[in-house]
Amino acid sequence: MAIAKQEVRHIAKLANLDFSEEEIGRFTQQFNSILEYVARLDALDTSAIEPTSHVDSGSHALRDDVLVPSISREEALANAPESERGHFKVPKVIG
Amino acid sequence: MYGSATYRVALSGSGMEYEPVIGLEVHCQLLTDSKIFCGCSTRFGAPANTNVCPVCLGMPGTLPVLNRRAVEYALRAALALGCRIEPVSIFARKNYFYPDLPKGYQISMYDRPLAVQGHLDVEAKGETKHVGITRVHMEEDAGKLLHEGFPDSDRASHVDYNRSGVPLIEIVSEPDMRSPEEAHAYYSALRTILVYIGVTDGNMEEGSLRCDANVSLRPRGQSGFGTKAELKNLNSFKFVQHALEYEIRRQTDLLVRGERVTQETRLYDPAEDRTSPMRSKEEAHDYRYFPEPDLLPLQVNEEWIGEVRRWLPELPAARRRRFVAEYGLPEQDAALLTSDRALADYYEAAARAARNAKAAANWVMTEILRKVKEDKIDVDRVPLPPVRLAALIRLVDDGAISGKIAKEVFETIYATGKDPADVVREQGLSQVTDEGAIREAIENVIAQNQSQYAQYKAGKTALLGFFVGQVLKATGGKASPSLVNRLLKERLDRP
Ligand SMILES: [Zn+2]
Repeated sequence: MAIAKQEVRHIAKLANLDFSEEEIGRFTQQFNSILEYVARLDALDTSAIEPTSHVDSGSHALRDDVLVPSISREEALANAPESERGHFKVPKVIG
Repeated sequence: MYGSATYRVALSGSGMEYEPVIGLEVHCQLLTDSKIFCGCSTRFGAPANTNVCPVCLGMPGTLPVLNRRAVEYALRAALALGCRIEPVSIFARKNYFYPDLPKGYQISMYDRPLAVQGHLDVEAKGETKHVGITRVHMEEDAGKLLHEGFPDSDRASHVDYNRSGVPLIEIVSEPDMRSPEEAHAYYSALRTILVYIGVTDGNMEEGSLRCDANVSLRPRGQSGFGTKAELKNLNSFKFVQHALEYEIRRQTDLLVRGERVTQETRLYDPAEDRTSPMRSKEEAHDYRYFPEPDLLPLQVNEEWIGEVRRWLPELPAARRRRFVAEYGLPEQDAALLTSDRALADYYEAAARAARNAKAAANWVMTEILRKVKEDKIDVDRVPLPPVRLAALIRLVDDGAISGKIAKEVFETIYATGKDPADVVREQGLSQVTDEGAIREAIENVIAQNQSQYAQYKAGKTALLGFFVGQVLKATGGKASPSLVNRLLKERLDRP
């Protein structure tokens, strides 16, 4: 299943990334070569194997519903490019 | 003007009618102390960005750890809705960029939800409607975006991540509802049950419960589905109904004109009472779900399910039926008294102690609910213990005080918490059953109302009520009305 440039552009857009035409062309080739390589697995008969979602098959570690002190607002906002009155400031979005 | 009946528009000539098909997706905030994947507080109303930590801010390198109580509450809700709990469910990443989502993905469940195949029976227009529940799954809430209120709000948005990571369940119904009234009834019954079992506070103003609706039309009698619109922002029972009424009318108009309904997300504007398409976030629905690698599959065994089931209280519908059978209450009273768990508990405690279920129902539905409304408090904050109310009811039943005096005593014991028997004694409110004292009062009343007495004797016997009122007034409401009635009649009819 070959990937076209159009799909690479779509994926880039979903990831909020901007690429030049030259890069899009190169990534399309690379995508396809990766997919071709992985497609070799199709040669195996996996009909008797349960699908795996996680590498580790252990059970879930759960925590008790106990409060742990939060960090200070100053710390929380320390890495924000911009903040205002205790809030993170971001480019205008429509709700 | 978009009444619920107006969408049954017949297509000119063909006589075709359209039937709405409605399904609801309800998000419910769970009442845990801490967030779903970190130990930050879930408390509403804290100063912005003070209930946050590296986990719920989505800092690189942090790891989520699932809150056991959040799972328990989700299981409790799923069991109350008659769902089948899946032995293994899997958290997934739902990927999209929006500033209220610090990680760039929301941890949710996708193809392996916590529970499936439940149902809720709801009463709409006097009929019981069976609404299927497709699934219940767990997820984390996003932060809160503020679009107004800052000097630079015209060019920037502001984000508070206190809500980020608050535990939610999403309850998806089958498209089983056929009218806005049924959708309203379902949402309302769902809220009642979720609050009842203690998994949420159900506070819609604070966003503890949120509702989206899918609605489409199809020719009546057809089994396939039409193209649906998804309605957002239905944050009150009223909005759910109004938005659906508007949308059904809109889609009917399109179909009657021979146009098509577009599959889209529409936002309900309560001020305008209309829905309009949301400015489409381009490609927003390509979420590229994949299993959350930071969380192992959630395994829920039979033992855990059994434990949660044991803690499940009697549900409102079952309790309503029991109130009718056990206490002989009318269906409507039983429905009102079981609409809130604390109210039902209060009533039962009072009814049992008073040994008079009907009187207890009347007192709770009139006086207690009046106080709750006047003082704007929850039933579990009522200062008068149910046993005190029961003691008051027994004083009336034993003939120690009249019903009228009981209302006065109620005000006193409600305000002071005193024993009603003490109040009656201290204030000398015991019912006057002494016939001599009542006869004396009757003579005084007759002496002071000679003209009415003459009219009575002349045949205007309807004046009996006037005399009863005067005597009761003269005795400060303490005389037993039935006794006053009998003695007055004796005296007035004496030749
Ligand atoms: Zn946190």
